[in-house]
Amino acid sequence: MIWTLFALIFWAAAYWLNTKIAASPLAETRFGKFAVPMLFGITLLVVWEGLVRGLDVPGVILPPPSAIAVTFAQELDILRADFIQTFVKGALTGYLIGAMSAFAVAVAADRYEFLRLGLLPVGSFMAALPVIGTAPILVMWFGFDWHSKAAVVVVMVFFPILVNAVQGLRASEPMQRDLMATYAAGYWQTFWKLRLPAAMPFVFNGLKIATTLALIGAIVAEFFGSPIVGMGFRISTSIGQLELAMVWAEIVVAALAGSAFYGLIALAERSTTFWHPSQRR
Amino acid sequence: MMRSLVPVLTVVMVIIGVWYVAAAWMNATWTLQQAARAEQQLSPVEVLQDTMVQKRPRLPAPHQVAVELWETTVEKKVTSKRSLIYHGWITLSATLLGFAIGTGLGILLAVGIVYNRAMDMSVMPWAIASQTIPILAIAPMIIVVLNSIGLQGLVPKSIISAYLSFFPVVVGMVKGLRSPDPMQLDLLKTYSANGAQVFWQLRLPSSVPYLFTSLKVAIAASLVGAIVGELPTGAVAGLGARLLAGSYYGQTVQIWSALLAAAVLAAILVGIVALAERITLRRMGIAH
Repeated sequence: MIWTLFALIFWAAAYWLNTKIAASPLAETRFGKFAVPMLFGITLLVVWEGLVRGLDVPGVILPPPSAIAVTFAQELDILRADFIQTFVKGALTGYLIGAMSAFAVAVAADRYEFLRLGLLPVGSFMAALPVIGTAPILVMWFGFDWHSKAAVVVVMVFFPILVNAVQGLRASEPMQRDLMATYAAGYWQTFWKLRLPAAMPFVFNGLKIATTLALIGAIVAEFFGSPIVGMGFRISTSIGQLELAMVWAEIVVAALAGSAFYGLIALAERSTTFWHPSQRR
Repeated sequence: MMRSLVPVLTVVMVIIGVWYVAAAWMNATWTLQQAARAEQQLSPVEVLQDTMVQKRPRLPAPHQVAVELWETTVEKKVTSKRSLIYHGWITLSATLLGFAIGTGLGILLAVGIVYNRAMDMSVMPWAIASQTIPILAIAPMIIVVLNSIGLQGLVPKSIISAYLSFFPVVVGMVKGLRSPDPMQLDLLKTYSANGAQVFWQLRLPSSVPYLFTSLKVAIAASLVGAIVGELPTGAVAGLGARLLAGSYYGQTVQIWSALLAAAVLAAILVGIVALAERITLRRMGIAH
């Protein structure tokens, strides 16, 4: 009862504080922009903890954040092994292969009008499909280890990157291309000096969408069969054993990995496309 | 439209051609093994013929999948457990329910975010950050936990669908509700319009194009959510269950036909949203 009360009071206080900060001149500062969402996140955790304890929610339905943190700290070795298996071996390998092959196809499609007209509609169609369904087939072909997960990731990231890259390679303006022509620049010179840089904002858009897809693909593919290590494997077996704290710990790992991966690509974007209006400050 | 018809058809033909070649190549191993076991010598033509008609091929030939699709949709009664229409409907109903819930809640939250500064500052960064997180990973847990408190069938799956379609709608709708420029807002002020009038006459109509863009993402995400939501329940019914059962028993033709059915379903759903978008935007005079 005390816990429930504490949670509710904390929530009311945080709400009051956030409204105050948002209405004050502090809201425009870096501090305000950081503090308000942080406070909201902390409040969520406190309310979660308080309600789970106060209402005696059994751990097999919803473990409190403290239990998740304890599991996370205790099982670091397992989590690290799962992370390496699923993220580094599966998702990252597949992401690199998928991104590079999609880019190569995009360059070819850009070179040959016929290929572009044919590939682009098919590509956008495929990008909207539930590609994740190919997981059981690819697991059957490439075995249970990380190779099949990488293959699923390749298929998942290929089309979004392809569509964006093809769009990007056409983003330079006729005037700019004419200028290159007056310099007597060849195809490849125009490509490296004008079209590739102009394509980068689009390419990075595709790469950013693909980061989440890669992680999802690698995790869900493990539901269809995996060795006894990996994030998807751990999630599905821990649920079977009703060890929900472990499941949540894996989800924390997945969330951290996903945001870090996205952040890394966003950083690379900032240093590559610093000239683009959306990156200027 | 007409200009790209020939290239698109060519690409599709090439894909089908590659599929046939790959099917022959991947299935040949099994054929040759069987022949070696029976101590037969097969001519290349016989090998090729056998690769096209295997019961459990590594890669079924396109016409095998087409036949399976035809048999399980047209020739089976829709109430039959082996009918793809039956399974497709189960997945579709979860998708649509989830999509409706997710979209409704997403629009409500977006309105809250646009009109409440504290909510904007606290929720919006998390809504954006959550798009970088593989939310789908918690799908099995939601299913099992809801199952343990007695919720089964349609509802848990549609909660996952709702969850997946929720964030794209929030982000797109916030963008849309903020899209009227200061000049338009000022104009309404000179008309002495009150808050509700500004919302209904200006903000909501100008958010419609953004909403539809998000809806197309959201409905595809809903379908994926419903399919993945069917995996951990042990393959009872639905397209996801067909995929899982197929992979358990090595029924590759069944996997491929379920996959194609899911693809067709996704294409139809996105197509319907796109059509609704065109009609609405044309009626509103935004697009032509």
